[in-house]
Amino acid sequence: MKNRILYTLQLADNALIYGHRLSEWCGHGPVLEQDIALTNISLDFLGQARGFYQHAANLFNALPLAEKQGMFLSVALEEKVKKGENIDEDDLAYLRDGWDFRNLLITEQPNGDWATTVARAFYFDTFNHLYYTQLQKSNDLQLAAVAEKSLKEVTYHKRWSSEWVIRLGDGTQESHEKMQAALNDLWPFTGEMFRMTDVEQEMADGKTGVDAAALHSQWKQDIVSIIDEATLQLPEGTRLQDGGKDVRHSEHLGYILAELQFIQRAYPGMEW
Amino acid sequence: MTVRDFQQAFDEKIDREIAIEPRDWMPDNYRKTLIRQISQHAHSEIVGMLPEGNWITRAPSLRRKAVLLAKVQDEAGHGLYLYSAAETLGITRDEMYEQLHTGKAKYSSIFNYPTTSWADMGAIGWLVDGAAIMNQVALCRTSYGPYARAMVRICKEESFHQRQGYEILLQMSKGTEIQRKMVQDSINRWWWPSLMMFGPSDDNSPNTEQSMRWRVKRFTNDELRQRFVDVTVEQCNILGMKLPDPDLKWNEERGHYDFGEINWEEFWNVVNGNGPCNKERLEARTKAWENGQWVRDAALAYSEKRKQRAKSDTKAA
Repeated sequence: MKNRILYTLQLADNALIYGHRLSEWCGHGPVLEQDIALTNISLDFLGQARGFYQHAANLFNALPLAEKQGMFLSVALEEKVKKGENIDEDDLAYLRDGWDFRNLLITEQPNGDWATTVARAFYFDTFNHLYYTQLQKSNDLQLAAVAEKSLKEVTYHKRWSSEWVIRLGDGTQESHEKMQAALNDLWPFTGEMFRMTDVEQEMADGKTGVDAAALHSQWKQDIVSIIDEATLQLPEGTRLQDGGKDVRHSEHLGYILAELQFIQRAYPGMEW
Repeated sequence: MTVRDFQQAFDEKIDREIAIEPRDWMPDNYRKTLIRQISQHAHSEIVGMLPEGNWITRAPSLRRKAVLLAKVQDEAGHGLYLYSAAETLGITRDEMYEQLHTGKAKYSSIFNYPTTSWADMGAIGWLVDGAAIMNQVALCRTSYGPYARAMVRICKEESFHQRQGYEILLQMSKGTEIQRKMVQDSINRWWWPSLMMFGPSDDNSPNTEQSMRWRVKRFTNDELRQRFVDVTVEQCNILGMKLPDPDLKWNEERGHYDFGEINWEEFWNVVNGNGPCNKERLEARTKAWENGQWVRDAALAYSEKRKQRAKSDTKAA
């Protein structure tokens, strides 16, 4: 059960951290219509995160005390466990530190310019689309339900980011160069999506989780067709930026959490 | 028809409460007044995204974060309707942005105040959106059709915003001592600027008379301000908080609350660019616009290319 919780948290953390990044654009987009579009996408991810966190909290609350203890390195969560209190979606989002977060490194990378945001979205949305399609078949009905609901959203996200890759790639000389540079910069982070951790392997073997490694060739085919249409080049080189799924993060995550969790940390235990 | 006939037809429509539509003849000044007012209103929505956007990444729960994000997104949508309404009068969105960025066009001064605590998300919803609704409900019957129709849509969403703001404060006021303190502090800071949102008092409002005649405006600034004070006092009592005005008291004779004198010096200072956040707000908007230039250029270039390709495809066929 512990691994199912960790697996669910990985999905939740991806959605929360990535959605948080997108929400930073709100009010600062290059065109008003795109400001609205990005906020919409950010809201979709926040909704997904909540679905996964609620599920993880329910699974956690059902555990016997001995198994709850020590699952997280969070002092505040341990306190709750000690007092015999149940936890909820907010406890998981707001009371864990970076070494309990399992999101992919790509989701915590900064927004950069518009091309960087588009490149990050393009790699991640294309992956999510394939991933959620499979996750719908999970024997964990809650995971399957969130995946099914999210797939409609993710299908739109993928279209949105693909269209922007094409528009920027095949737009002006300047936008072409910026788009190519952004694809190159984020390329090293794409390997992590398909490397299976022990937790993922166990979940995939038990038909609860998705075999991400098996999605790689389709993902590559999908992105190549868009990159071609955009008159861009598929980046080359190693893809060694890895570790988020094993709770080893970049420096960026700490700042995201410092901001995200500020009120809960400064004014603990209050209702808002 | 002579200009005089046109003017007469226009006046008749106004008197008979028939909406003026984009293709109708209208006096130049009516057009100018509307462009000024609608674009100012649109800019207020867009600049207004910033003080609340300031707390999206720090909202205290996932639910609050989602609601705030959706709310700020609504403001962007309102900006969009309003820019479109103004465009029917013969000005482009880019021209309006230009006026905003150069300081020629104004936006509501309230957004030049800083949001320094989470309670401000509540106070803005309750007081700022509450004051805006007073103005906007009246504008649903304004004489210019596209503006009135945009306002009907906007008002529906604004009343939801006001409720969510009030609910934030209600929740906090039922919480701990420190949360109540935060709420009171926020009300102290937002109360007077909210009263200023109705604009100068009637004897100092140069545009009011003509706007009333044209039925662009339906009530004077002071009338709307009084109405706002009257409803807000009661709501504040339910929160168990105090409005920061020692002169505030019920006047049996008038059937209204009396309230203290607004600090007009502060009002004009902020209008003229010297408020706490004028510089930041305008910089944020200008930066978004300038950083987005290459993106808009690319989108335009791409759509031109597509048109060209479609043309040559048709020819080839």
